[in-house]
Amino acid sequence: MRRQIEGARGVAESVAACRPQVVCAYPITPQTHIVEGLGVLVGTGALAGCEFVNVESEFAAMSVAIGASAAGARAYTATASQGLLFMSEALYNASGLGLPVVMTVANRAIGAPINIWNDHSDAMSQRDSGWIQLYAETSQEAIDLHVQAFRLAEEMSVPVMVCMDGFVLTHAFEPLEVPSQEDVDAFLPPFTPRQVLDPAEPVSIGAMVGPEAFTEVRYLAFHRQREALGRIPEIAADFAAAFGRDSGGLLHTYRCEDAQTIVLAMGSVLGTLKDTVDALRDEGIPIGVVGLTSFRPFPMAAVRAAVGGARTLIVLERAFSVGVGGIVSADVHMAVAGLDQRHHTVIAGLGGRPVTRVSLRRMLLDAEAGRLEPLTFLDLDRDLIDRELARVRARPRSGPAAENILRDVGVVGARPH
Amino acid sequence: MSTAPAAKRKPTDYKSDLKPIWCPGCGDFGVLASLYRAFAELDLDPAKTVVVSGIGCSSRLPGFVSTYGFHSLHGRPLPVAMGVKLANPDLNVIAVGGDGDGFAIGAGHFPHAARRNIDITYLVMDNEIYGLTKGQVSPTSLTDQKAPSTPWGNLETPLNTLAFAVASGASFVARGASFNTKLLTELIVQAMEHKGFSYIDAMSPCVVFNNHQEEWKELVTDVSPDHDAADKVAAFDLALKGGFKLGILYREQRATLNDKYKALVEAAKDSNVEQMLEAFNARKGAAIGKPTV
Ligand SMILES: Cc1ncc(C[n+]2csc(CCOP(=O)(O)OP(=O)(O)O)c2C)c(N)n1
Ligand code: SF4
Ligand SMILES: [Mg+2]
Repeated sequence: MRRQIEGARGVAESVAACRPQVVCAYPITPQTHIVEGLGVLVGTGALAGCEFVNVESEFAAMSVAIGASAAGARAYTATASQGLLFMSEALYNASGLGLPVVMTVANRAIGAPINIWNDHSDAMSQRDSGWIQLYAETSQEAIDLHVQAFRLAEEMSVPVMVCMDGFVLTHAFEPLEVPSQEDVDAFLPPFTPRQVLDPAEPVSIGAMVGPEAFTEVRYLAFHRQREALGRIPEIAADFAAAFGRDSGGLLHTYRCEDAQTIVLAMGSVLGTLKDTVDALRDEGIPIGVVGLTSFRPFPMAAVRAAVGGARTLIVLERAFSVGVGGIVSADVHMAVAGLDQRHHTVIAGLGGRPVTRVSLRRMLLDAEAGRLEPLTFLDLDRDLIDRELARVRARPRSGPAAENILRDVGVVGARPH
Repeated sequence: MSTAPAAKRKPTDYKSDLKPIWCPGCGDFGVLASLYRAFAELDLDPAKTVVVSGIGCSSRLPGFVSTYGFHSLHGRPLPVAMGVKLANPDLNVIAVGGDGDGFAIGAGHFPHAARRNIDITYLVMDNEIYGLTKGQVSPTSLTDQKAPSTPWGNLETPLNTLAFAVASGASFVARGASFNTKLLTELIVQAMEHKGFSYIDAMSPCVVFNNHQEEWKELVTDVSPDHDAADKVAAFDLALKGGFKLGILYREQRATLNDKYKALVEAAKDSNVEQMLEAFNARKGAAIGKPTV
């Protein structure tokens, strides 16, 4: 039954249906409603058999999840932005030990400058942490991905991060269907830990490993993610059979059959992108869209198959690597190595800047006309940049850049600096 | 502190061109007003004063002050302030923030700043809640308190921040309240004049998510004039008895970290290479287990 609920609420109920035994978290916008939702479900007794811990930081949240998972409990946490970065050391620990923790990341920019709005910088910064990263296009997909994530994590003994766009998905109310307890119970078996701290069979985990075996242990982590590449579409197919919804998998293609130009992106921007492409299709321009769900493991072969036929390939990203440009692009370009294609990277929607149909349309028409640069920052205000650069040239102590620009745009009262 | 100019500065001189965005009635307004007055009383040179904060409603404060300001990361005002003071010991450095910032995610820094006795002031606006993230329990929230993160009531025991401060080695420990700006102003003045790590716990109600204002006004009393603030055991006792005594609990004079560095640098001026080698060799002997003579 579909109900008009907030995305965060839907995810909280979906996670609850997965019967986590330990939930630990520290509040951070825009993740907070998910964990508060779980708190209510524990408080009312709707989520029985679950310990809910309000810890003192994200570092503690991930560490508690690690301890709980190692002791054989199904463990869940959620965070965003600064919180994800603060967990970073523990994230590597969880994946290195093969502990199947599931975590929601309500994607948000990272500072400085501090910003609470949506982009993908947080999850991208943990790209190499050994966690599986799945990106939801819609709140419904986020709900569904969590059910799949627990199964995937526990089967593969790998932690899984479900990424959903902060505010755009977490805070939007729409008709959503939360899988029923019965159906989830049928889909997701109880957690049988691969390794467990068992007093009957004492082991110690966390051994120091030197050069003699470090490569091999790390290679096994790589191997597990490669195996996950096979399991992700199978689990999505099982999910579709059980729940009737096509959620998850490695990637989704949209109007790609005869497309001369393909845009690849992740997350909620795909909706706007598809609308823009529909309009351009009506005008006879053959464009298609690829929505990437699994960023880690990265599906090289599937990406090559999906985009290989296009003459122009645009990767639209909500984060970037300072000093290089695209992050997702680097992987996509590896996947299409050797193909005769034009490649563009478009960085868009940083720190919550809306990615509008107007801007996307202009960018796509530029690409059609051969005017699009290899690396483009969508809707970048060149004038603001030039003014700040001029200040820096004029005076070495030109003041903090963010505050200067805020004065230029009139957010902060102007005071001579 | 600073050399007095011709005309003494007024509290309004410390107002920045940013208007506080706190909710109407928030305790932090009282803390900010007290800070302006204390700065004026001390006639602090804005160019020689730095207000450092973390993240939270309370941590917005530096933006509203016309001195230097640093809005850092959640939980990190103390180490940032420490860096500022060590790099430039001539600056007046005050770190501010909330109970969550200081005693949850940033708690690890507190005992170290205190025991090092770095010459900075730390002012915590304690509303017993995470205000900015909309009212979840904090380490100073009361047991059984109901909040969005604890709909069944808080299971935990609140941290006694004053006892923690005394135990950690803070050389000045006081409690004030946002609704007693006269006393809070005085405490900030004394804390900033104090040489060493001074801690002020300012009760500052969050009127939206945890409004104890009226109750707190009823409960507070002044620290007794008979209390001997030089007596650490008495201070600890007073802190443990809890809650609602306003005033200075503890004050001691001991060398600050900056004093000690200064002494080290002075001593090094007279040393020569032979002496240093001798000292080094003696330590080397100790490191490999040889008796040092
Ligand atoms: C690493 C990190 N985790 C979480 C947050 C979200 N966050 C911002 S302020 C805050 C708590 C604020 O409480 P407190 O420090 O008591 O300040 P108040 O708002 O009550 O004045 C939290 C959890 C963050 N900014 N960074
Ligand atoms: S939420 Fe509470 S602490 Fe934050 S500004 Fe409003 S009253 Fe003050
Ligand atoms: Mg607080």
